[in-house]
Amino acid sequence: MTLQTISIKSRLINNPLIKKVEWTPVNIVTAIILVMGFFLTIARFFGGLGTVTNLDDNNPWGVWIGFDLLCGVALAAGGYVTSSACYIFGLKRFHSAVRPAILTAFLGYALVAFALNYDVGRPWRLPYPVFYSPGTSSLLFEVGLCVFLYLNVLFIEFTPAAFEWLGLKKIRSFVVGLTMILTIFGVVLSTLHQSSLGALFLIAPSKLHPLWYSGYLPVYFFISSMFAGMSMVIFEGSLAHKYLHHKMDDTHLSESDGVVLGFSKAASFVMMGYLGIKLIGLAIDNNWHHLFTGWGLWFLFELIGFVAIPAFMYAVAARDKNVKFARIASVFAVLGIILNRLNISLIAFNWHLPSSQRYFPSWMEIATSVFIVTLGIVVYRFITAYMPILYEHSDYKHDNSNQNANSHDD
Amino acid sequence: MEHIFYTLQDFMVHTKGITYLIMGGLLIALPLFWLFLTGRDEKNKTF
Amino acid sequence: MTITRRKFLGWIGGAAAGSATLAGTVAHGASNKEFKGYPGSFGVLHDITKCIGCRKCEQACSEVNAMPAPNKPFDDLSVLEKERRTTVTTHTVVNKFDKREFDKSATSQSGNAEDSGDKLGGDKQVINSSGSLFVKKQCNHCLEPACASACFVNAFKKDRTGAVTYNESLCVGCRYCMVACPFNIPTYEYDEPLTPRVMKCTLCLPRIQEGKLPACVEICPKEALVFGEREELIKQARMRIQKYPDNYVDHIYGEHEMGGTSWLYLSPVPFNEVGMREDLGKHSAPELTAGALSAVPIVVGLWPVLLTGIYAISKRKDKIAQEEQKEAVAKVKEDAQEQMALKLEELKKKMNKEREIAIKTEVKKALDQAAKASEAKATKLSEEEQ
Ligand code: SF4
Ligand code: SF4
Repeated sequence: MTLQTISIKSRLINNPLIKKVEWTPVNIVTAIILVMGFFLTIARFFGGLGTVTNLDDNNPWGVWIGFDLLCGVALAAGGYVTSSACYIFGLKRFHSAVRPAILTAFLGYALVAFALNYDVGRPWRLPYPVFYSPGTSSLLFEVGLCVFLYLNVLFIEFTPAAFEWLGLKKIRSFVVGLTMILTIFGVVLSTLHQSSLGALFLIAPSKLHPLWYSGYLPVYFFISSMFAGMSMVIFEGSLAHKYLHHKMDDTHLSESDGVVLGFSKAASFVMMGYLGIKLIGLAIDNNWHHLFTGWGLWFLFELIGFVAIPAFMYAVAARDKNVKFARIASVFAVLGIILNRLNISLIAFNWHLPSSQRYFPSWMEIATSVFIVTLGIVVYRFITAYMPILYEHSDYKHDNSNQNANSHDD
Repeated sequence: MEHIFYTLQDFMVHTKGITYLIMGGLLIALPLFWLFLTGRDEKNKTF
Repeated sequence: MTITRRKFLGWIGGAAAGSATLAGTVAHGASNKEFKGYPGSFGVLHDITKCIGCRKCEQACSEVNAMPAPNKPFDDLSVLEKERRTTVTTHTVVNKFDKREFDKSATSQSGNAEDSGDKLGGDKQVINSSGSLFVKKQCNHCLEPACASACFVNAFKKDRTGAVTYNESLCVGCRYCMVACPFNIPTYEYDEPLTPRVMKCTLCLPRIQEGKLPACVEICPKEALVFGEREELIKQARMRIQKYPDNYVDHIYGEHEMGGTSWLYLSPVPFNEVGMREDLGKHSAPELTAGALSAVPIVVGLWPVLLTGIYAISKRKDKIAQEEQKEAVAKVKEDAQEQMALKLEELKKKMNKEREIAIKTEVKKALDQAAKASEAKATKLSEEEQ
């Protein structure tokens, strides 16, 4: 035991964690953003939401919910999509993509939880809904409970990487044994909270524009989270390739093109299905006439520009086996998800109010969101630099390749 | 225990509270049952 | 049981009427499937035709709730020029709406009202003569409150008196209640850094429990506000509409809006002309979310089964594939062996044959030679003999 702790200690100390930070332009910008975030945090917690945000009584939710929560959760869907593709559907060629996807998902959710502390009035009461006074009739309760549980699941799913880094073999193999059950829990919880995020708006039919309001909102959110997750895996992969290429091992590199093309194909088809159910939504509420208004144009802009076109691009990329093109498509798809979530929570929300009463974020709100995203990137860079994320740890190589056969059950 | 609910809201808080408990139970029970179900299958796994 | 200000005071005589009336509710064996709200719960009927926009109710509300005094005093009616909403320090506001196209009907109404000798419950049909309509706005105390349905810590509760109460000690400050409220009522203390509260009208629940009227109802000089059992108020509102059909549009706002509200409104003009939305629909908030909520447990029940099924199938496929592969490998091996054996045999045969042939030839050779030799011997012998 003491030996082990010593070895962990030495690992922590010897690791280039304390290595001097190089003052590259990127790092300087990062530092500036982090310092700014620090001051914004002070402003938020000493001055209240009123000093930092443009929120008011008619517009109680701003970018911190619309972007940080809704987009954050949707774009972190890569975790459940990839792990279920690999472990449940048995697509082993996605195996090397699982770890980075789980890591991004975990960081994504952690950041969402972090950002919520800024947004809610009394953050120390955030455990109340789960532990103290559950408001079970609320969809926000559902979201809160699932996000809380899923954050834990993701954390456990992520720990093997940390254990490998720290050399804790026994506990690592125990957690790896739980892979299957964690994956299934992950999918169940993701299905629930991804859809419930959409269902949050079911209660306000009088505030959300009819083109976006639909009884299918939960389904839309769930389905779109699938291709959001896949697109994010592709997008994030292309960034990682650019900046962290040296960290990747041969398996990762050789499998990565297959992952991109596989996900392009899947995303393309799911997006087409999504377009289909959007069309059904229009028909079922007889909303056709809204299409010919300004809002209709905006709606079509979102659907055609940022769903249909990227879906088609993905299809072409998958047919031509063109990895680069798939990566370009993923940018559009990710933007499309962001646009959709912002439309529902901010742009088409309160559409009936005169423009003087509408919400536009303050620079400080946006800066805080930028700060939180930056924080996430910094942590990601730290973790990928030291832990076996983009490569397999030499001690566990054989083990990992058998992981999909490993499960606690069956 | 006879309790009268006067509002749908109260009714839902109550019934959903119970379903959430059942859900928790299911999430634990289903994997355990799966273990029981497949307990006699021949082990041909790699671990 | 319709109670105007004076009647209420006289009738109760300080007794805690609220609790007394409501104590009898247990007797109502309401079915659990249909929810009609708390029997005998209270409400307020706001007759827009009677409101003169004096802002007395605003003042009373502010005082009762110990709010800071506003910049402009309450008797300054110039604030009415701009449409307002509830704020953190004003739980109720009166808004002014200019009579536009409905001018004509309004004047004819006032004539009508004065002619009619039949007075309703002692109410005088007084139509304000300023040419404007005034509408009081505050929490409507919905029968199925959207704010309560939305709150994830149950901070809002529908009380059996009819009031929708807020419990500050639970509130996390997520502001989902504000998103949910169809009437845009709850407000939030955005400038409070650590202990922000959601603020809204309480229906003066503490006063009701003491047997008093809500402050705004008590002070209203024109009886534009009437407090009473909601059921009775609806009956009375119907009667007013029936008696003075020219005075009112045939609609009691709040009877069904969003599942019904404890506050009820009568108006001489369509409600959307006095800033009240008519497109809210009759579905209450919990009805709107019931579908999504009931899908949740089904996902929890079925997803693990389905997913494990898919997993088992994909795993089985893997196993079959593996077995097939094994078999194939084995077969190839076997085949190879067989072929090898065959070849060997052939080779053997061939070799045997060759050997045989070789032997044969050898034998033949030997025989030939022997024959030759014997022949030669014989010829030699015969030559010798000769
Ligand atoms: S009017 Fe709004 S705040 Fe008042 S009870 Fe209804 S939903 Fe709640
Ligand atoms: S702000 Fe408070 S009262 Fe409103 S929904 Fe959130 S926790 Fe409930």
